[in-house]
Amino acid sequence: MSASLLNQIEYSASHLFAALVLLGSFALIYQRRMVGMFNAFAFQATALAAAAAWEAYVQAAPHLYVTAGLTFVLKAVVIPLALRRIVRKLDIHRSIEVVIGIGPTMLAGIALVVLATLLVLPVMPGVAAIAREELALALAVLLIGLLIMITRRNATSLVIGFMSMENGLILGVVGVAGMPLVVEVSIALAVLVAFIIFGLFLIRIRERFDSLDAHYLESFRGERR
Amino acid sequence: MTADLLVAAAALLVLGFAGALWPRPDGAQIVVYGGSAIAAAALAGQALLALLGGGAATPVLTLPLGLPWVQAHFRLDALSLFFVLLLNLAAALVSLYALGYGRHEEAPHRVLPFYPVYLAAMNLVLAAADAFSFLVSWECMSVASWLLVLAQHREAANRHAAFVYLAMAGFGTMALLFAFGLLAGAQGDYSFAGMRTHDLTPVLAGAAIVLALIGAGSKAGLVPLHVWLPLAHPAAPSHVSALMSGVMTKVAIYGLVRIVFDLAGPPQWWWGALIMTVGAVTAVLGILHALLERDIKTLLAYSTIKNVGVIAIGLGLALVFRASGIGDFAALPFIAALFHALNHSLFKSLLFCAAGAVAHATGTRDIERLGGLIHRMPRTAFVALVGCFAIAGLPPLNGFVSEWLMLQSVFTSPSLPQPLLKLIVPVAGVMLVLAAALAAACFVRLYGIVFLGRPRSPDAAAAGETDAVMIWSMAAFAALCLVCGALPAPAIGLIEPAARAMVGAGLPDGGAGWLYLAPVAGKPSSYSGAVVLLAMIGFGLAVALLVHRLGWRSLRRAPPWDCGFPSTDPTTQYSGSSFAQPLRRVFGTVAFRAAETVDMPDPGETRPARFALSLWDPAWRFVFNPCARFVVWAAEHLNALQFMTIRRHLSFMFATLIALLLAVAAVAR
Repeated sequence: MSASLLNQIEYSASHLFAALVLLGSFALIYQRRMVGMFNAFAFQATALAAAAAWEAYVQAAPHLYVTAGLTFVLKAVVIPLALRRIVRKLDIHRSIEVVIGIGPTMLAGIALVVLATLLVLPVMPGVAAIAREELALALAVLLIGLLIMITRRNATSLVIGFMSMENGLILGVVGVAGMPLVVEVSIALAVLVAFIIFGLFLIRIRERFDSLDAHYLESFRGERR
Repeated sequence: MTADLLVAAAALLVLGFAGALWPRPDGAQIVVYGGSAIAAAALAGQALLALLGGGAATPVLTLPLGLPWVQAHFRLDALSLFFVLLLNLAAALVSLYALGYGRHEEAPHRVLPFYPVYLAAMNLVLAAADAFSFLVSWECMSVASWLLVLAQHREAANRHAAFVYLAMAGFGTMALLFAFGLLAGAQGDYSFAGMRTHDLTPVLAGAAIVLALIGAGSKAGLVPLHVWLPLAHPAAPSHVSALMSGVMTKVAIYGLVRIVFDLAGPPQWWWGALIMTVGAVTAVLGILHALLERDIKTLLAYSTIKNVGVIAIGLGLALVFRASGIGDFAALPFIAALFHALNHSLFKSLLFCAAGAVAHATGTRDIERLGGLIHRMPRTAFVALVGCFAIAGLPPLNGFVSEWLMLQSVFTSPSLPQPLLKLIVPVAGVMLVLAAALAAACFVRLYGIVFLGRPRSPDAAAAGETDAVMIWSMAAFAALCLVCGALPAPAIGLIEPAARAMVGAGLPDGGAGWLYLAPVAGKPSSYSGAVVLLAMIGFGLAVALLVHRLGWRSLRRAPPWDCGFPSTDPTTQYSGSSFAQPLRRVFGTVAFRAAETVDMPDPGETRPARFALSLWDPAWRFVFNPCARFVVWAAEHLNALQFMTIRRHLSFMFATLIALLLAVAAVAR
């Protein structure tokens, strides 16, 4: 096997995994039911873990395996299971209320991908192609995560959108060679902390208002409309 | 010298604490003002010696203060040394004055702690050699003076003045911050030495100049950023007013000179044209305001605005010559501007001290309630007369010399290549002449109404002479005015090192000796204050002798000419308002839309006739009131942002992010 062919395979595979993460984002957009959203999120996290593992192999950077493992265990297994348990235990309404219809949201998501590509490709012409493309995809994932946060009414969707943004961040981080492990661990922990905080919020909202509509968060903050 | 200055500044800060903690107010006065006078006198003496020795720049002194990667740099070059001399000379004498004046202070505990801090901060501004320590010292100066303006905070007018001052000071410092940010360049080197080596693009350098003009100009009182000055300067106790008007405006001028002549690199001609235009407008509007003002201290503050305008005209002209490649001509207006700064610090401090003495003796600052004080306060009246002569630009005093030099530089200037400058330079010269003439009228009015005639109120009739300490410190100011006017050449010798450092040239032949001042090479114009003084004394004695020898023979006593109106009431005298009326009608109707309304009762009515005068300041009308309305409007509408849902907050962030990314994508194309 020649070196160029090996390079091509490396390039294509990391591209593939990054694209799978992005696919996960789109899968998140078109979910109408809570459980489907958890599944899509688990799928995205799995793809991210695979991407991180592949980068670890390509860059010969063993600490990325740790990232991959953390991502898989936390985001693909623990968090979706925990969320599913909360939903079941609290007997929360299982459907998702959308602010903007799914079709327009998908179109907006595609526009974001175009924007991210247009943005990253010319801005960093000197960087290796592999890092550039991954960065463009990572930025797209991040933006779509934010889009999910603002186009869904449920508090649970807020959590999922937020963690999807984190996924985009990690995808960008693992694509760059030489990123120290500390950062990844801290990011993973931050996500966990955010999960705990959001979970706490959900439980408290449930206790007080018997609903998971984020609308109630506002009155909880003591603000008026 | 730099280390000495820092030690003196530290000592002044300690004095501030002493002023706050000293148990007895009388002792605190002596400690604070005496200590300040000693520190300032020591610094002035050192600066004088250093300037006489050629004014070589001291090495940079780096202190491990402030931001760790910037540190605090201090350095004194010829320009800083000249301003250190100017500052501390006035500060020493004003502190001496305060030894007497402070005894009458209503609330000494609100003045004593801040006064030495204020002096220290001004000194540190002059010594700073990096943007960080410059701005920190500048802000300390602003805040200390703001606290001093608030010393008599129970009067609503003073609180308003302090509020306007604080807003303008913050705005000005922000502009300076951005100016330094531009000058520091992409590398972010905030030391002055680093800024000198940066090459900025013309657009960025021009933006830095405009920002510096806004920042330093708002502190110096350039139109239209002058509105706080006539409010805040009179609100402070008189000795602080003297420092704010006489000295702090010069510190602002120093900041402008430092940035424009030193840090910004090779100048462009429009910088000078801009500064000159602003200066000309400032000079005329400032003195017109002063002419119409009734409050002594406010009048003096407006006159400060005029003098700052005059200084700005000189600096702008010097910049124009330097940018046009005729640097030899730049020295004269530059020296004239700095000499005028020195002179103004002397006579304006003197006049504010005299105003403080009058206000204390009579309890009022309204000139319409004063009059006849020359009989009740003869010594104060004499030193105030010297100050009025000096500020009105009469020979042989110092105000004449610097304005004469300024006019020499305008009217002997070579023709410039830019057509716009061919228009601006002569017009600025004409405005300068107009401002000088109006200043003479203004101070004839001030002196005539306050000191001559008969008392217009019982307060003025009951006034008495002030303390000996105050008289002596004012006499020292007057003596300095006379020395600088009679022997200007040695004083200008102190400025020459600064001129050589900033514009690269001095006067030809060093101004031709100590007796005569010949500023323009190859032209016959020259001036000797000493000769004029001797001639005036000689002629005066001769006339006095003649009058006494010949005049007394036909002496007869008779009632004075009363214009056929034999009333003895003091209100039949000229008032300040009536004296200013002709000029108000000529200029005020255009500049301030002055309108007089007379409410005349019908025959048979018993109510009195009323005369009302309305003026408005174009700066408030066109700049500040619209700004204030916009801020209030924007605040009301932006308030809605605070009460949005989480999702809307996120949507705003999302939209902002997308907009910024689109902008980046568009730029990167």
